[in-house]
Amino acid sequence: MPEAMSAAAPASFEARPLRLARGEALVGLLLSLPAGVAYFLMLLLPSLATILLAFTDYELGALEWGWIGAANFEEMLEDRGFAVALRNTVIYVGFVTPLSILLGLGAALLIEAGIRGRALFRAVFFLPVVSLTVAMAAAWQYLLHPTIGPLNAFLRLLGVASPPFWLSSSDWVLLSLGAIGTWENIGYNMVLFLAGLSAIPRELYHAAEVDGTKTWLDRFRLVTWPMLGPTTLFVLTITMIRSIRVFDTVAVLTQGGPNKASEVLLHTMYKEGFTFLRLGYSAAITLVFLMMVLGLVWLQTKALDKRVHYG
Amino acid sequence: MAKRDLRSLWADTPRLLVLGFLALLLLMPYIWMISASVKPLDELFRASLNLWPERFYGVENYRQVFSQIPVFGYLWNGVVVCAGILFFQLLFAVPAAYALAKLNFPGRDLVLGLVMLGLLVPPHVPALPLYVAFSKMGLLNTYAALILPFTISVFAIFLFRQFFKALPDELVHAARLDGIGEFEIVWRVILPNAWPAATAFAIFSVVAHWNDLFWPLIVIEGQARATPALGVLYFRSDEAGDDFAALMAAAVIMTLPLVLAFLLAQRRFVEGIATTGLKG
Amino acid sequence: MQGISIRSVSRHFGSVKALDNVSLDVAAGEFVALVGPSGCGKSTLMRIVAGIESADAGSLSIGSRDVSALRAAERNVAMVFQNYALYPHLTVSENIAVPLAMRRLSALERLPLIGHMMPGLSQKRAAIATDVLQAAQSLGLDALLDRKPGQLSGGQRQRVALARAIVRHPDAFLMDEPLSNLDAALRVQTRREIVEIHRRVGAATLYVTHDQSEALTMADRVAVMQAGQILQVSSPEAIYHDPQDIRVATFIGSPRINLISAAADAAGHVHIAGKLSGLHATPGPVTIAIRPENLRIESNGIPCVAEGIEFLGESLLLHARHSAGNEAFIIRLPPEMPRPHDGEVIHLAFEAKHALLFDQNGKRLAPSKHSAQNQELTLA
Repeated sequence: MPEAMSAAAPASFEARPLRLARGEALVGLLLSLPAGVAYFLMLLLPSLATILLAFTDYELGALEWGWIGAANFEEMLEDRGFAVALRNTVIYVGFVTPLSILLGLGAALLIEAGIRGRALFRAVFFLPVVSLTVAMAAAWQYLLHPTIGPLNAFLRLLGVASPPFWLSSSDWVLLSLGAIGTWENIGYNMVLFLAGLSAIPRELYHAAEVDGTKTWLDRFRLVTWPMLGPTTLFVLTITMIRSIRVFDTVAVLTQGGPNKASEVLLHTMYKEGFTFLRLGYSAAITLVFLMMVLGLVWLQTKALDKRVHYG
Repeated sequence: MAKRDLRSLWADTPRLLVLGFLALLLLMPYIWMISASVKPLDELFRASLNLWPERFYGVENYRQVFSQIPVFGYLWNGVVVCAGILFFQLLFAVPAAYALAKLNFPGRDLVLGLVMLGLLVPPHVPALPLYVAFSKMGLLNTYAALILPFTISVFAIFLFRQFFKALPDELVHAARLDGIGEFEIVWRVILPNAWPAATAFAIFSVVAHWNDLFWPLIVIEGQARATPALGVLYFRSDEAGDDFAALMAAAVIMTLPLVLAFLLAQRRFVEGIATTGLKG
Repeated sequence: MQGISIRSVSRHFGSVKALDNVSLDVAAGEFVALVGPSGCGKSTLMRIVAGIESADAGSLSIGSRDVSALRAAERNVAMVFQNYALYPHLTVSENIAVPLAMRRLSALERLPLIGHMMPGLSQKRAAIATDVLQAAQSLGLDALLDRKPGQLSGGQRQRVALARAIVRHPDAFLMDEPLSNLDAALRVQTRREIVEIHRRVGAATLYVTHDQSEALTMADRVAVMQAGQILQVSSPEAIYHDPQDIRVATFIGSPRINLISAAADAAGHVHIAGKLSGLHATPGPVTIAIRPENLRIESNGIPCVAEGIEFLGESLLLHARHSAGNEAFIIRLPPEMPRPHDGEVIHLAFEAKHALLFDQNGKRLAPSKHSAQNQELTLA
C-alpha cells in the first residue's frame, strides 16, 4: 500500500525540504533572469533573425521584401567575389595557422628551456596581443610602404632592384596580410603553449632521463610533444577560428583590394551588409562563416579529441 | 654556485641569441613606428634606414595629432565602452553562473545548454539584425549601441560557473547558516572569492573590446562616439593622408594606454589570457 | 666496490644546506632505507644518485664506476617515482619498453618511418618484446599490456613502474616514496612484494621514505637523516634499540620515546629530579630515554599523575606527567592491566638495561660499567 504509506508520512518531513527546494528554485530563476533576458535579446533573437534573413531579399531602407528561398545561396555559387573571398580566407588561415603555431611553440619551448630573460621575452612576444590592431596596422602600412617603407629601403640596400609593393600588389597582398596575422597570433599561442608546458609533471622528464634519453630531441618526442597534445589541438582550433575572422587588417589596409586580391569572408559580409545594404545576402554569407566555425569545433571534438587525451 | 651559473650562461647563449633575434623581428613595427613618429616628413620620404631622426620633429608631430583630433575624446569613449561592457557582463553573468553552479532550479540544464550553444556563435552572427534594430530605434551613434550587444557574455557565465563549481559547497552552506540572504551571498560571499577569475575575465574583455573595430565601424559615424580604433582609422583616411609621421604619432598615442597597463601588470595579463584562452 | 657509494656529497640551495657532507654505502644486493622527516634532504640525495640533480661537492660511484660526471642516462640506475611518472600516452608494454628502446636502439632506429628500414631492427624489437613480457609476467601485468596508465588503478600503475625499473637489470635501484600514494591495506601488501622483487633482482637498492615502519620492516639497513645529515646507519633492530643520537631515538618509534632530564654528579651517579636513580654516567646533565613499552607501574619509582588512557586493542597507552619535573610520559601497558583514574598518582619504573643515556649534545653515552645488568631501578 504505497499510497497509504506516503499519505501517512508526517507532514513536517516533506514540507520543509520542499519549501527549501521551492525557495532555491525561485532564487535560481531570479538570478538567471537578467542574463536570460540579455541573452534572448542580444544573442538568440538576432542570431535566429540572421538565419531567417538569409532566406529573404531584405535590403535596408527597401519598402518591400519577401522570401526568396535559397536564392541567396545560389547567387553565392555564381558570385566571383564570394568565391575569391572564400578562397582567400582559406589561404590566409592555411598560412597563419601553421606558422603562428610553430613560432609560438618554438618561442614557448625556448623561453621554458632556461631562466634568463623569461619575463622579458614573454612580454615582448605578447605585446602584439594587447596592441591596438588598427594602430599597428598603420605601423605595418608604413613598414611595408613600397617607396618610403623601411623594409623596402633595407631590401634595396641588399641589392633588390625593385622590391615588391607589399600591400598594393595582388601577388603579395595576401602574403603580407598573412605575415601580419602571424605576428598578431604568435604571442597568443605562445602563452597557451607556456601554460601547457608548465602543466607537464617534472617527474616525467626525470623518468625519461633515468630511462636513458640522452638528447633534447629524445625527451621532446617521448614527453613534451605527446603531453602537449591536448594544448596543440586546442591551439590549432583556436588559431583557425581566430584567423578565419580576419577583418581589421583588411578593412584598414586594403579594403579587399587590389582587385579583390585580399577580399576575405567577413569583409565581404561587411561590405554587402553595411555598404551595399543587401542584408539578406550578407546574412547568407554570415551563415557560411558560422558553418565554417562550427565545422572546426566539430572537427576538434569528434575527429581528433580521442587521439590526444589520455584517459 | 657561481661556477654553475657561469657555465650555464655559455650554454644559454644560443637560446638567448635565437630568442633575441625573434624578439627583434617582432618589435620591428614598434621600433619603426616610434622612430617615424619623431621624424619630419621630408626625412621619412628619403626612406633612410636611420632610426634616430636628423632633425627631432617629435614635438611637432604629436602636437599636430592633439590639435587635429580629439585624442582624449577617443580614449574616454574607449574607457566608457570597455567599462560599461565589463560592468554589465559581470552584473549579468556572475549571478547566473552562481545559480548554474550551486543552485537547483527547473530548466537549469536548458540554460546550461543555451550557454554552451552561445559559446559557439561568433559575435558577427547577430550583427546584422542588431544593426537594423538599433537603427530603427535611433540608437546608432550612441554609447548604448556600442555597449548593449556585449552586455551578455556566455563565455563569462561559462568561466565563472567553472570557477564557482570548484568553490566548496560548505562556503554557501555556512553563509546560509549565518543568515545571509541568497542574493547577498552572490555579492558578499561568492564574488569576493572569484577575484582570480574576475581579473582574468576583465583583462580578456577589455583587450577584446578596446581593440575591436568590426562593431564600432558598423554603429558609429563621426567623432563624437568614436573609439580609439575608429579614431586611428579616421585620422588615417581624413587628416593624415600620406603624413605618416603624424599617423605614427597617433598610432603610438592610441596604442600606449593598454600597452602601459600590460607592462605594469604583465603577469596578470598573461595569466588572464592563458586562463581565458579557450575563447578566440 | 659494487653497489652504490656516496662520498662526502654536499648540496646547497641558496644559503640552505640541503645536504651536508653526506656519505653512504649500499652494498650489491643490499636494501637500504633512507628515512627522515620531510625536507631533510633525503629526496635530494636520491635525485643526486639518479643524476637528475647535481651535487656541489663529493663523489659518487655505482657498480664500481665513478659516475659523478655522468648523466642519468649513462648511470644504469632505475628509479620508481612517487607518482610513478608513467608516460600517459603509451600503453603498459610501451612504457616498460622505453628504457630498453632507449638503450638498445640507435636514434635512427627509433625514428617512426626511417627506423623501419634499418637492418636488424625486427630482431632487436622482438628481443625487447620478450624482455618486456617477462618483466610484466613477473609482476602479474600480462593481462594489462595494452592498457593506458589512465585506465589502471593506483596499485597497477605502481607495478608498471616497478616493471619498467626491473626490465633492464640496473646496477642500482632507486625508489622515492613508492608507496605513499597507495591506501593503507595495499601499502602493507606491496611492502612484501617490493622486498621479494629486490631479493630476485639483487641490485643495490636505495629506498627513500618518511614512514619509519616501511624503513624498519623492509630494509637490511636503515639510514636516518635529518637536516641534511645522516645521523646513523644500522640494522632496523639497532636503530630501534640502540640509537646513537637522541634525534634518532625520538624520530624512530611510535609513540615517541620518553625523555627524562637528569644530571650525573661528580661521582657519576645520575639523579632524576634530585633523587638517585641508580644509573651511572660521566658528570654533567644527561637525558634518559626509555621506550613506552619499557616503563612499568610499580609501587615505588618516579611519581607521576595519570592523565588519560588510549585503548589500542592489543595494548593500552597511558599518559602521565612527572609530579616534580613536569615531563610528559607515555607508557604502553597490557590491556588487561587495572587502569589508573585520571589524577591518580602512580609510580613508574624501568630496568637499567632499557635506559638510553644521552649527553648535552644528544650523543649517546656508553653504558657505564657501574650499572648492574638486570638491576631493577627505583628511586631511592
